[in-house]
Amino acid sequence: MAVKDFPVEASHILMFARSIGDENVVYTDAEAAKQTEAGGIIAPPTFVQASAQFDPDYVLRPKPGQPWFGSGGKATGITRATSGGGGGGNGGGLHAEQHYEYHRPVRPGDVLTAKTFPGKTWEKEGKRSGKLVFSESVTEYRDQKGELVVTARGVGVRTERPVEQPAPAKA
Amino acid sequence: MPLKASQLKIGDTHSARLVEDLKRTQIVQYAGSSGDYNPLHTDEIFTTQVAGYPSVFAHGMLTMGMTGKMLTDYVGDARLTKYGVRFTSQVWPGDTLDATATVTEVGGGIAKFDVKTVNQNGVEVLSGYAEARVD
Repeated sequence: MAVKDFPVEASHILMFARSIGDENVVYTDAEAAKQTEAGGIIAPPTFVQASAQFDPDYVLRPKPGQPWFGSGGKATGITRATSGGGGGGNGGGLHAEQHYEYHRPVRPGDVLTAKTFPGKTWEKEGKRSGKLVFSESVTEYRDQKGELVVTARGVGVRTERPVEQPAPAKA
Repeated sequence: MPLKASQLKIGDTHSARLVEDLKRTQIVQYAGSSGDYNPLHTDEIFTTQVAGYPSVFAHGMLTMGMTGKMLTDYVGDARLTKYGVRFTSQVWPGDTLDATATVTEVGGGIAKFDVKTVNQNGVEVLSGYAEARVD
């Protein structure tokens, strides 16, 4: 992933905070946030994940005029000659790990860039999903001055088949 | 309300309920805010008929985000220096999640925690760590 401009905006922080069920005033109320130790609105700890919104090539966002693997008239918009669902569908597997190091809080007005560096890959035999292929990447989020704001390390996994469930999931 | 190092002991815990009966709509809300529109999280037809799962399931990052609320409510705003997790089981619509932070180390202005989130059956769905600046 490479993101040239990730403009951090208070409205996006508000929506993100609501989606994780966290209406802490430090994320949602500019006036009240001034009275906190943070001194103003900051972003929740996992907010930089939303940089995907600003990645023009992000594969997990439908794009006009391009095929999309989710359902429409049919159960999937893409027919592939692969066996099984591959656990992660066509969309890059499942998320296995995520790690953050915070150098300073992310604030509205920051314009971040994200640069991702590939890391290790390794394999494991999984009991519930067949062969697992893990791959790691490190993403550096920097501000307008080039200073490091957040370092993120993610691990994704591709499974041979969908992960078996210990008991039928109830909805 | 940042934590004070002098009031923290190794083994101290803080727990919070993150969500009760997780709704598909909240998962959709998270897809919209994060920009991760993987149909595995929002498209029941694709997920059951093509991907072969019993239903849509939550983004790991939604669980990490909700668990982050437990942490920041505990350690204070803008206090986290590190936060990392492994997603150990999937989270499904209908799940009720509880998260716990346990103090593992205190010193040098930093407190370290083990972090764990479990579902209503006691199955661990997230396991990790955090570090925060303390007074």
